[in-house]
Amino acid sequence: MANELLREAYEIQGGNFDKAGEISSEIKVILKDLGISASNVRRSVIVSFEAEMNVVMYAERGTLTLILTDEDVCLEVVDQGPGIPDIELALKPGYSTASDEMRLMGFGFGMGLPNMKKNSDEFLIESQVGKGTSVFARIRLNSNG
Amino acid sequence: MTLKEIKEILGCDVLVGEEDLSLDIQQVVASDGMSEVLAFARSKELMVTGLTNIQSIRTADIAGVSAVIYCRGKRPEKNVVEYAGKKRIPILVTKLGMFDICGILHARGLKGVS
Repeated sequence: MANELLREAYEIQGGNFDKAGEISSEIKVILKDLGISASNVRRSVIVSFEAEMNVVMYAERGTLTLILTDEDVCLEVVDQGPGIPDIELALKPGYSTASDEMRLMGFGFGMGLPNMKKNSDEFLIESQVGKGTSVFARIRLNSNG
Repeated sequence: MTLKEIKEILGCDVLVGEEDLSLDIQQVVASDGMSEVLAFARSKELMVTGLTNIQSIRTADIAGVSAVIYCRGKRPEKNVVEYAGKKRIPILVTKLGMFDICGILHARGLKGVS
């Protein structure tokens, strides 16, 4: 059984583009300071940043929880938003439902969810249309990813 | 190639990070899509983009790129420059467009990431 070393929950405000990404920058500093390898920090914060941007772009609000154990970095993101009708399609690189505003921000090119999956050792996504989406990502600290 | 050489070749202004111009650059990632940068950058690249908002620097920080060049003379807001300074990511601006920047740097031996 892995020992939990840290658990921190962050509130994400939907639609707030100025602050979008702040949480992931903070997580980067925390993981780096704890001596996690550069490659694992990088994988973890790419997942967290993409998740954070998705909540800001699509949802009303969400919560990102960082859980660090002696074996892995886990990220749980639960939002209250429109949900994803077809998850398989949403995971296809290039598929996007982004608005022009989102694209002007540099996001919404259909790479977010594939990026999250690629950088995770375990990636689960569940969604209910009209209610919201939850994502769980695990980055194992002993993997070479 | 150092960032200082790149600055001279492309005729850049340095908005922040003058003290880090000795950084060695081997690879370049060029895109206005931040998820593309996150997908392909492996760290320590130069990022070329036309996107000058705060997310461009947040993306650079998350992806671990060494420096950012904004094309077509686009200049970011003051808070973006300050944030880059805090994250120690140099920002350069050139009047050249992205296609020309990439062509010039490629001809001098820099490679893209894929």
